[in-house]
Amino acid sequence: MSGAAAAAAGPNLGPGPGDSPEGPEAEAPERRRKAHGMLKLYYGLSEGETTGHPGGPDPLDPTDLNGAHFDPEVYLDKLRRECPLAQLMDSETDMVRQIRALDSDMQTLVYENYNKFISATDTIRKMKNDFRKMEDEMDRLATNMAVITNFSARISATLQDRHERITKLAGVHALLRKLQFLFELPSRLTKCVELGAYGQAVRYQGRARAVLQQYQHLPSFRAIQDDCQVITARLAQQLRQRFREGGSGAPEQAECVELLLALGEPAEELCEEFLLHARGRLEEELSSLEAELGPSPPAPDVLEFTDRGGSGFVGGLCQVAAAYQELFAAQGPAGAEKLAAFARELGGRYFELVERRLAQEQGGSDNSLLVRALDRFHRRLRAPGALLAAAGLSEAATEIVERVARERLGHHLQGLRASFLGCLTDVRQALAAPRLAGKEGPSLAELLANVASSILSHIKASLASVHLFTAKEVSFSNKPYFRGKFCSQGVREGLIVGFIRSMCQTAQSFCDSPGEKGGATPPALLLLLSRLCLDYETATISYILTLTDEQFLVQDQSPVTPVSTLCAEARETARRLLTHYVKVQGLVISQMLRKSVETRDWLSTLEPRNVRAVMKRVVEDTTAIDVQVGLLYEEGVRKAQSSDSSKRTFSVYSSSRQQGRYAPSYTPSAPMDTNLLSNIQKLFSERIDVFSPVEFNKVSVLTGIIKISLKTLLECVRLRTFGRFGLQQVQVDCHFLQLYLWRFVADEELVHLLLDEVVASAALRCPDPVPMEPSVVEVICERG
Amino acid sequence: MEDDAPVIYGLEFQARALTPQTAETDAIRFLVGTQSLKYDNQIHIIDFDDENNIINKNVLLHQAGEIWHISASPADKGVLATCYNKTSDSRVQACAAVWRMPKELESGGHESPDDSASTAQTLELLCHLDNTAHGNVACVTWEPMGDGKKVISLADNHILLWDLQASSSQAVLASSAALEGKGQLKFTVGRWSPHHNCTQVATASDTTLRGWDTRSMSQIYCIENAHGQLVRDLDFNPNKQYYLASCGDDCKVKFWDTRNVSEPVKTLEEHSHWVWSVRYNHSHDQLVLTGSSDSRVILSNMVSISSEPFGHLVDDDDVSDSEEHHAEEKSKEPLQDNVIATYEEHEDSVYAVDWASADPWLFASLSYDGRLVINRVPRALKYHILL
Repeated sequence: MSGAAAAAAGPNLGPGPGDSPEGPEAEAPERRRKAHGMLKLYYGLSEGETTGHPGGPDPLDPTDLNGAHFDPEVYLDKLRRECPLAQLMDSETDMVRQIRALDSDMQTLVYENYNKFISATDTIRKMKNDFRKMEDEMDRLATNMAVITNFSARISATLQDRHERITKLAGVHALLRKLQFLFELPSRLTKCVELGAYGQAVRYQGRARAVLQQYQHLPSFRAIQDDCQVITARLAQQLRQRFREGGSGAPEQAECVELLLALGEPAEELCEEFLLHARGRLEEELSSLEAELGPSPPAPDVLEFTDRGGSGFVGGLCQVAAAYQELFAAQGPAGAEKLAAFARELGGRYFELVERRLAQEQGGSDNSLLVRALDRFHRRLRAPGALLAAAGLSEAATEIVERVARERLGHHLQGLRASFLGCLTDVRQALAAPRLAGKEGPSLAELLANVASSILSHIKASLASVHLFTAKEVSFSNKPYFRGKFCSQGVREGLIVGFIRSMCQTAQSFCDSPGEKGGATPPALLLLLSRLCLDYETATISYILTLTDEQFLVQDQSPVTPVSTLCAEARETARRLLTHYVKVQGLVISQMLRKSVETRDWLSTLEPRNVRAVMKRVVEDTTAIDVQVGLLYEEGVRKAQSSDSSKRTFSVYSSSRQQGRYAPSYTPSAPMDTNLLSNIQKLFSERIDVFSPVEFNKVSVLTGIIKISLKTLLECVRLRTFGRFGLQQVQVDCHFLQLYLWRFVADEELVHLLLDEVVASAALRCPDPVPMEPSVVEVICERG
Repeated sequence: MEDDAPVIYGLEFQARALTPQTAETDAIRFLVGTQSLKYDNQIHIIDFDDENNIINKNVLLHQAGEIWHISASPADKGVLATCYNKTSDSRVQACAAVWRMPKELESGGHESPDDSASTAQTLELLCHLDNTAHGNVACVTWEPMGDGKKVISLADNHILLWDLQASSSQAVLASSAALEGKGQLKFTVGRWSPHHNCTQVATASDTTLRGWDTRSMSQIYCIENAHGQLVRDLDFNPNKQYYLASCGDDCKVKFWDTRNVSEPVKTLEEHSHWVWSVRYNHSHDQLVLTGSSDSRVILSNMVSISSEPFGHLVDDDDVSDSEEHHAEEKSKEPLQDNVIATYEEHEDSVYAVDWASADPWLFASLSYDGRLVINRVPRALKYHILL
């Protein structure tokens, strides 16, 4: 069936490859299967190719020659039905040709396989022969081996006896050598001791001791032992001697002790003695350090000092400790405790010396040297600290470093304060210095800038030098204190916040100085300080604190003063200073006005022809103050002024208004009118707070000063009695003030109001009030 | 219970001089002297009816001149002394005189007719404190505990002790002392201490406070630069013999212990302009009254330096009407030094304040525009002090 299928495949594969093998139907079934498999393999490939084509033959198609479901009947039917005769003929020839080709292929394959089978059979036969030969050889080998074994056993048996004798002889020899060593021991020991080879001697003694101990009941050994003991005693004596002389340094001493220990000397005693010696040596170091401290020798700088202490004392201590622990490890905790106590005591004295030295350094300014010295000091002590944890040297050293750092901070704070005070003194001098002709002194603004920059640079310098304490390469910078508290409490709170606070306090102290006469503090200084504090409030404080926080990354959680609190303090200080400035300047002008009112005889004064000089002085001074304040403070806001408040229109307006207002009071009508009028006037004006706090601008400051001055004028006028011309003089003066003062104040109404009140009061205090013609007043003022 | 509203009384003239009628212990009565250059000056006798909140006034003419200072005799209700300005062609002279008011006005009992101004009565001059040799009189102060026979007047740089004889009709200069020094020294004010058998007087000149012994007329203490500027007034603590209060142009009120004059015991700085007058309450010396040219009157509670035991705890089983105190919680804890109240009824400078002599809870203040305001200590505080 399958053969037919293979034959039937031919015509269908017309365009396919031409080498299709011919299928011989009458072959062995396995062969057929094989060939079929090969064909299948072959066609399967092509089948895979054909199925890839779209619209390829359906695998279930019974007419497909290569399909699994090929049905020859159906195929033939189909051919017969569909194809014309010629094509049928062609198909047939084609198919026959293909079948033939397949058959010949199959034959070739079968033939080749047969050949191979035959050659395999030959090979197997040959192998069979070879193996037989090999078996014989093996048998021979076994026999030979048995013979050899036999021989060997015989030789061993012969030699047995002799071997035992030799072993015995060797044992005797060794024993004899040992005995010889023992007999020679005393002399050797003596020789060693004489030569000073103590180590060797001790080793010999160590080796012999046990044996001698064991055989001491034998007289000969006894003698040797006695000799040895004598020599050993001498040796120990000598070792001790050497040990006590002690001059030969710690390592050799340690060696002595080691030997003595090996000789079985009591460890307890040795340990004491060892420590005693060590103490002697270390105390020498300490006293040499102390000598350097001395009352006033040219002390070496602190770095050298700590270096010397580090290498001398700390190095010595380290050696001692290391040797001790090595030698007396067997002593257990009691020994360790002894060493710790020893180290603690000497360490304490060392620290005391170091602290004394560091205290001398407190005044110095070179922080880097100090920090380096501290670093060395601290670093040096880490080794013994690790060696002797119980002595607490490391902790003590850290404590010292912390203390020094803290003191250093205090020192810097002092330094900052001093520099601030120095700045202030400079400013005072600059302010007090007489102005040379043609050479202007530095202006207030310059002075302010100088002070501010100098303080800032001082702060920065302090921060930088304090920052050394936390530098990474410094051995103690990773201690918790330096990471946390030092930064937050020490630097930020103690140094920076402390300084800003003390600055504010110093500034404020100028406000409550007992010399209230105003002479103590130059007003310009008050003004400058006020501006300084204000600048601090607006910018500098937050800048400094940010700088600090950046440099000292604060990891501490303890609460710190917030910037806002400090700013509030600075602002309050600035406000107080400025208010005080206003008071002082107001007082100066007030005094002038008061003297001028009090010392004049207003009843018998002449008709006014001029503005009094003092009024001009007041205006001049006010202008000067205006300029001074203007150097440091902004202009500030004025109340909206009458649209055109030029001098002329203002004066006309005010004098006409003044006239209108006071006209009734000058006429001798009912006495009530005066009060009524002035009361009505007051009803509509706000209460004036004379010494009220000022704001941070020029106008507010000037307003404050002028308010104080004019109120003084008012009160003084009320205490006097005026003649007609006295009143007129007051009129003239007030008008003059009005002309010049309005421009300084926030609300010119205020000046009007106060001056009006002055004139009104003067009028009341005049038995014969005849006011001057406003036009005349104006003329006089303009002339003056 | 809210505090009673202040009672206001208006004078027609400017006024600076105010005093309680010191010898009167039953009625609340103040004397006010006016200042007018053009009209006859007056002394207003202000009776205050506490129960009805009514003011009764009587007006006396004081034709001698405008009154700068007034003080009532501590012994005789009808006697008072004034300092006044006499203006005579281009000369102003300050004089002092002792006066007696008409008998019927002494205790002010009757209602004065409304047209009192027209029927104003005149003071009877008892005597002049002759100052021709000594200059302008600034202040007259009576011996506080005496029989009203001794008066001290301050004239320029002289301090003069007068004996009033023949029922005050004659003033004899008993002794005097003069202040020597650079410049023109002038006394501005003086007070007679009620302590030490009334042998001490304190005066102020410029910025300095001085204490004088009236027996020897010598200086016993001196507080230089007591204030930064002129000292305007001073007063003795009625209960603590070494304490006195002063005030001045530096807006401050300072309390001094005269045994240690280097530093003030306490300083108040509440006013915003010169402080013209300071007065201790006569009975409760923690209450201090100040008047200032910032037109305010301030009542302060200076517990810490008063004769009251400071810091004592008030019993908790308080009176049942404690809910009436609007400051109830305050009554539970000791009071601190503080400002009790600021009175803003005035619209001009207040030159004089004083306590009533008959009622320790009542005081008057006088501003330049002639407004007299009578106020009471807040009830809560009053009860706190009393209970």
